[in-house]
This record gives sequence, structure tokens and C-alpha cells, in this order.
Amino acid sequence: MELLGHLADGFATSLSPLNLMIVILGVTAGLFIGAMPGLGSVNGVAIVLPLTFIVPPSSAIILLAAIYYGAMYGGAISSILLGIPGASTSVATTFDGRPMAQQGKAGLALIAAAVASFVGGTVSVVLFTLFAAPLADVALAFGPPEEFALVLLAFTTFVGLGGDDVLKTIIMICLGLILSTVGLDLISGQPRLIFFDQPGFYSGVSFLVLAIGIYGVGEILYTIETSKSAPSVTPAKLTFKELKLGIQQMNKLWRTMSFGSIMGFFVGMLPAAGATPAALMAYGLSKLMSKKPETFGKGNIEGVAAPETANNAASTGSLLPMLTLGIPGSPTTALLLGGMVMWGLVPGPMLFIEQPDFVWGLISSLYTANLAAVLVNLALIPVFVWALRMPFTVLCSMVLILCIVGGYAPSQKMHDVWLIVGFGAAGYLLRKADYPMAPLVLAVVLGPLMEKSFRQTLISEQGNVLAFIERPLSASFIALSVVFFLLPLLKHVRRLFRGKRAEV
Amino acid sequence: MLTADRMIAAALMLLSLYFMWHAIELPIGWNGMTGGPGGGAFPFWLSAIMFLAAGGILIRSLRGNSAYSGDFFDPETLRSVIGVIIALTATVALIPWGGAYIALPLFLIWYLKIFGKHGWVLTLSLTLSTPIFLFFFFEVTLKILLPKGLTEPLFVPLYAMFF
Repeated sequence: MELLGHLADGFATSLSPLNLMIVILGVTAGLFIGAMPGLGSVNGVAIVLPLTFIVPPSSAIILLAAIYYGAMYGGAISSILLGIPGASTSVATTFDGRPMAQQGKAGLALIAAAVASFVGGTVSVVLFTLFAAPLADVALAFGPPEEFALVLLAFTTFVGLGGDDVLKTIIMICLGLILSTVGLDLISGQPRLIFFDQPGFYSGVSFLVLAIGIYGVGEILYTIETSKSAPSVTPAKLTFKELKLGIQQMNKLWRTMSFGSIMGFFVGMLPAAGATPAALMAYGLSKLMSKKPETFGKGNIEGVAAPETANNAASTGSLLPMLTLGIPGSPTTALLLGGMVMWGLVPGPMLFIEQPDFVWGLISSLYTANLAAVLVNLALIPVFVWALRMPFTVLCSMVLILCIVGGYAPSQKMHDVWLIVGFGAAGYLLRKADYPMAPLVLAVVLGPLMEKSFRQTLISEQGNVLAFIERPLSASFIALSVVFFLLPLLKHVRRLFRGKRAEV
Repeated sequence: MLTADRMIAAALMLLSLYFMWHAIELPIGWNGMTGGPGGGAFPFWLSAIMFLAAGGILIRSLRGNSAYSGDFFDPETLRSVIGVIIALTATVALIPWGGAYIALPLFLIWYLKIFGKHGWVLTLSLTLSTPIFLFFFFEVTLKILLPKGLTEPLFVPLYAMFF
């Protein structure tokens, strides 16, 4: 019951007028960002992060979390109305959401998406509340060797489970880690990797600069080609009759929704998985378990509910390792982690002891954000229909201006703005050539922790490399990392073997 | 697509060599005194892994095992993307000299009127309202001064009003 006490304390923080206002503002902004085709939660958080200096640090994180939440809801809106996923996380929602809209049931689809998101969000926040404190307690026993092993594990999940080209994933992880070492050596304090003798590199390459470059400028460059033709918006109106009908229909989908929520939560915790695969898996599984699988893809409301519960649940799930272990479960939570470090709130088990007000305030704000998001979402549907008609060039120009000014604001150096343009162009090219971006951003955020824990361990153990496998916890993390790392190799060998047999 | 894939892999190999060249300024080997690797070891060996992985992509592509076909860019996309990158570069270059309040509106006029082919009403209303928003949000509320360059003297009366 200690838990309920903490949660009650948390609500005292999150229900303060300022934080309540921030949550509503955040989810509304998030809904719009999510609804815009091409822009998702990660872009929203990257672009808005520099603007959050306007509120105190703990409220800033609540604001970012609310944007994250809102964007997860908003992604469904353009999936349904435009047939273009508002973010990669809502790809699966287009499968049945678009046919529903074409059959004149856009309003119903939007209600289903909102209610499903609410269920997914709420179930996962409850799971989050239950797991957070115990996991943080376990993590208290972590020393530098465990920290290093855990970061290594996070990276190897990308190699083993990421689904992208293995070599390209490895390159992006290395590139991110190298960029994180720019500046001053952690132990000796000597300058290193000062490219072209530019003084700006002494303070390192900020994760924020990289994120704005890739998810702001790079994303806009990427959408220029995909958004050449003006999309056609399906009209949607919302009546109380439809709302009642929608809730009635959703009432029959408890099995799909509870399944999607729980699965989404656990898939979301894995660094390499996250909301997109969780939504696709939930869609596939609900089709598999359905009595009428042939109606999927033709406007089945279950096909909207399943991915929407799962992607919202996954977004909460990916917050869990970020907050308790300091290892983010997705690029968006990596940015949240970077933001928290910037404000002096270092995520990890100690945060639960040193800043309980903040931690429980944030957790309870997820409950309010969820409720606010479903209400704002339903209330503003006509506004979204109007906003989606906005020409894409207007949105792009505004985002680019925010990238330039937002990139300048935190450090007030033009050096960072130049880096943003450079990272944007380079990120665009790499993304076009199928290089995954998520491991890069995670590596830049986790790089300092990885190097520090590695070298701390070796210094305290007088250079004994076996220190990493002498402790049971870090040994099991390392063993798991090795398994993930060898997974693609095993697949390759099996394919070769099969190829040989086929030849014979 | 195949050529682009090879070129990017080759560029990444060169980049990792450049990183390595920088990293060897600090010790990259084992430091016997303190235990553990030196300050340059982390970037150096990671660059080495990156070099090998990029080399692997290049070799794979040269052996014809690449899954790519078709064009990397279509000419129209390439023109738009390069246009936006040039405009951004020009804007950022102009900021220290002409100030944010000259460079950013010029960028908006180019983007909305020439690139986006919108009417003057939309272009001008956004071009005029954006700097006002930026001024009140960043300078007045957050107390973050944006670079003004040549236009600095014009802002002195405004500073007097708001600070």
C-alpha cells in the first residue's frame, strides 16, 4: 500500500494547476504533431525540447511526456483520414482505418482509435506503476559493470531483433558512440576529436543537436519527396449517436484490447522493438484469433482497436526501462532521457530515492495525460479535419524555422546550428540508404554512460577484464548480449546451409 | 541505388579513418598505470569496427549480393532537396551577419512563395507573424537573445521597452 501513498503524493504534484495546464497543452500539441503526416512523437519531442526552458525542469518533463502521449493518439488521425500513417507507429492503423473512412465510417474509426488508445494507455500505465518501484529496487544493486553490460545489451537487441541490415545497424551504433566521445576525455580531461580545431567541439556533440538535425531537418527533407501530391482528406463528423455506437462496439472488443495492451507494454520495453512492431504484432494476432479473419483489411473495427491499444501501451512500456534503469526503450524516450540529464534529473534507480516527488509526479501525470488526450482528441476532431488540409509547405517551413532557432537557443552558439543542418542532410542520405536512425540516437545518449562504466570498472578492478563476468548480474546481461549479437549470424549460417542442401 | 549504396559505404569508411586519425592523439592502448584503456581507445576501436562494417557493405555490394535496384533519387526530388539544403545553408550563413530577423523572414519568403508557390497573403502573413512570435517567445519570455548582426541598433528601443 506504500505504492498508493506514493501515487497519491504524485497526484498532488500532477494535479497542481500549472502541471494540469501543461498536460492539456502538451497532449493537444502532441495530437497535432502526431496527426501531421510524417511527424511523430520523436519529431515532436525533438523540436519542442528546446522550447521547454519556459517551465521548471520537472514540469518540462511532464510536458514532453504529454506530447509523447498526445502524438501516439494523433498518429491514428491521419492514418484514418488521409490513409497516410501520421507516424510509423500507426502504420497498422491504416490497414482497417482507411477502408472504414472510405465506407463513410471515419467518425467511428476515430472514436475506436481514441478509445483503444485510452484503454492501451491506461492498462499500461497501471502496469508501469506496479513494475516501476520493484525494478528500480533491483537496479539499486547495479554497479558500473552491470551498467556497462546493460547498455551493451540494449545495443545488441538492435543487432539481434532490430530487423534492419546488421552491418548498417552496427555502423550507426558505432557512429553514435564515436560522436558521444567528442569533447573532453571523461577520465583524463584531455581534449579529443576536436574536428578542424573548432572550439565548438570542446563541449561535445549534444544529443539535442543530433536529434533536431535528424528528426527535424532530416525528416522534413525526407517528407518533401513523399508529400509531393496533396492528400485528400476524408470528411469526418462526430455525433453523440456515433459516439454511443462506437463505445457499444468497443465494449465487445475487450479481449483484443486487453491482449494488445499487455503485449504492447512488454514489447515496448525492448530497446529495439517499440511501438511500431508492437502495433503490427497486435494487428496480426487479432486477425489470427478472430472468428472472421477475412473481414480484416476491409474496415473491421477490431483492426483499428488492436494496433492502437498496442502502440500506446508500447510507448508507456518504453518509459519503464528509461526511468528505472536509465536505459531508454525507444528513440523518443532516449530524447526524454537526454532532456532529463540536461536538467539535472538523472534517470535510474537513484531518482526514485532522491527525487520521489518528481518520479511519482511524472507517473501520475501519465494518468492525467491519458484522460486529457482522449477528451481533447474527441473534442477536436473537426479541428484536425481542418488542420490536415493545411498545405505541407507551410508546416515544413515552420518546422525548419523552429529547428534553426530551437537549435540555437540552448547553447546560443551558431556552431550547433551548422551541425543541425549537416546532420539533417547526412541523416536524410543515410535514411534513404536504409541506415536505421534509432540506434544512432540511442548511442549518442548512452555513449557517455557506456564509456564511463566500462573504464570505471577497469580502473577499480586494476584492469581485470574478467570483472564484467565475475558478477552474476552483469555476466547474465553479457551472455544475453552475446546471444542477441550471434542471432543474425546464426540465421545467415542456417540460410547458407539450406542453400547448400537445395543445390544438392 | 547500387552506386549510391557503394558511395555511402565508401564515404563512411573514409569518415571512420578520419575519426581514427583524430583518436590517436590520445593513447589508444591499454594503460598499465591506472588499468583500463586510454582516452583515445573508445573512439579509435569503435571507428575500426565502423570501418570494417562499412567495408563489409562495400564488398557485399561489389559481389552483387545487394538487394537494391532502381534509382536512388528521381531528378525532381533531388532538385527540391538540394534547393532546401542550399536555402537553409544560406539562411544560417546570413544569421551572424544580417541577424535572425532578416535571415529567417527571407527564408520564409523563399520557401512559401518560390518553393511552395503560395499566394502573397499567406506568405506575408506568416513572414511577418513568425519573427514577432520568435521575439516574444525567445527574447521576452525566455531571455534568450537571438543573433541580430547589423540590425542590433534597431532593437535597442525594443530592449528598453521589454527589459
